[in-house]
Amino acid sequence: MSGTIRLRTPLKEEQLISLRAGDKVLLSGAIYTGRDAAHKRLLCLLEKGKDLPFDVKGQVIYYVGPSPAKPGTPIGSCGPTTSYRMDPYAPALMKIGLKGMIGKGPRGREVVEAMKRYKAVYFAAVGGVAALIARSVKSSRMVAYADLGTEAVRVLEVKDFGVIVANDVLGNDLYEEEIKKYRRKN
Amino acid sequence: MKQIHVDTIIEAVRNICQGANFDLGDDVQRALEESLQIEESSTGKMIIEQILENAEIASKQRVPMCQDTGVAVFFVELGQEAQVVGGDFAEAINEGVRQGYREGYLRKSMVNDPLFDRKNTQDNTPAIIHTRIVPGDRLKITVAPKGAGSENMSAIRMMKPADGLEGAKDFVVECVERSGGNPCPPVIVGVGIGGTFEKCAEIAKRALLRELGKHSADSRFASLERELKEKINDLGIGPMGLGGRVTALAVHIESFPCHIGSLPVAVNIQCHAARHKSVVL
Repeated sequence: MSGTIRLRTPLKEEQLISLRAGDKVLLSGAIYTGRDAAHKRLLCLLEKGKDLPFDVKGQVIYYVGPSPAKPGTPIGSCGPTTSYRMDPYAPALMKIGLKGMIGKGPRGREVVEAMKRYKAVYFAAVGGVAALIARSVKSSRMVAYADLGTEAVRVLEVKDFGVIVANDVLGNDLYEEEIKKYRRKN
Repeated sequence: MKQIHVDTIIEAVRNICQGANFDLGDDVQRALEESLQIEESSTGKMIIEQILENAEIASKQRVPMCQDTGVAVFFVELGQEAQVVGGDFAEAINEGVRQGYREGYLRKSMVNDPLFDRKNTQDNTPAIIHTRIVPGDRLKITVAPKGAGSENMSAIRMMKPADGLEGAKDFVVECVERSGGNPCPPVIVGVGIGGTFEKCAEIAKRALLRELGKHSADSRFASLERELKEKINDLGIGPMGLGGRVTALAVHIESFPCHIGSLPVAVNIQCHAARHKSVVL
């Protein structure tokens, strides 16, 4: 694995083409939060041909449902949620310009294929280190679906959010590759 | 007869809900520290170090170690010589959850029904409560907040007695392998063997309450726990599924007698945020 790469959102295709599965990235800039219920609503809008509450072009969606912010802090604990649950929705969002997703756990075949086709990447964050990750969040603002509580879409301003490229634009899958290296055949 | 007022229960439940979510147990921290010596993957080591750093931050700042503060699962042991007074026992537990989650800035993760509305109940109730009546006059309440990431990877299989030991082993390993990086490894694997469909699942979850580092009191199950842990760690899944030697910190098995025609096996997977806290009233 190579050294750390700094990236700022919105992401451009040129930046993503050179990223490889295994690269460690420090991400800064605005990222959007969204998980199960918000994705369902976004896709519902797309199916009806309506505009989304934010333009996903070049953007990154972080699969997270934060805990409530204590007074004087921008956000509560905010580690990644399991990504495969967003697999049914992810390709449609990449098709309209989504460039990055942050979550935990491997993605399905169709999502990996969509990342190749639409030149997008999937970043793995470390699950369960939610208090640590909160330190890289500088602000949080409601964007849509406030009624969903923790599942609402918010825009977070992050600084040096440490993630690992799990799937790149070439279709490489870090989960598959790394597990093979350590597997001992019985 | 000893009387325990519901107000005492509410306060105790509020406190353990917060404590469980803020403070990772010493046994889990010790197991994570030991696993650093075994892990060969540099990414894996980095992840384990972050988990330990995160536990320290959460405990010091009184914030949840994981944003998924879970379904509030309770294991209650009510002494048959104790009497709950002043109100409804289950409602007291739920009120404690309500207060604990609200005042502790813990996430509310329950929806009102699983299929139709899926509307957040906004206070993390209802709790799931398992109660046993036991001798004595004490009331022991344990909360084990359970996140969806690892719960979703759990499974039960009603096997044939002919499937036997080998079948049970294969099923446990298969469950962990299929889960991969999803349940936030390193995990603790709770296994229930025997009983009925629901008993088996319940003892698999109870197995997760056992202190890490302690094996089953039955030497046959203790050696099965060791063997399964080795087989699981040979899968190479590693911390967060990004490859490595440490996939499971422990395998805990609980067993129960079962029907002549049955061999139920349940696997309840627990992420590294293995939270539980008890209070005795």
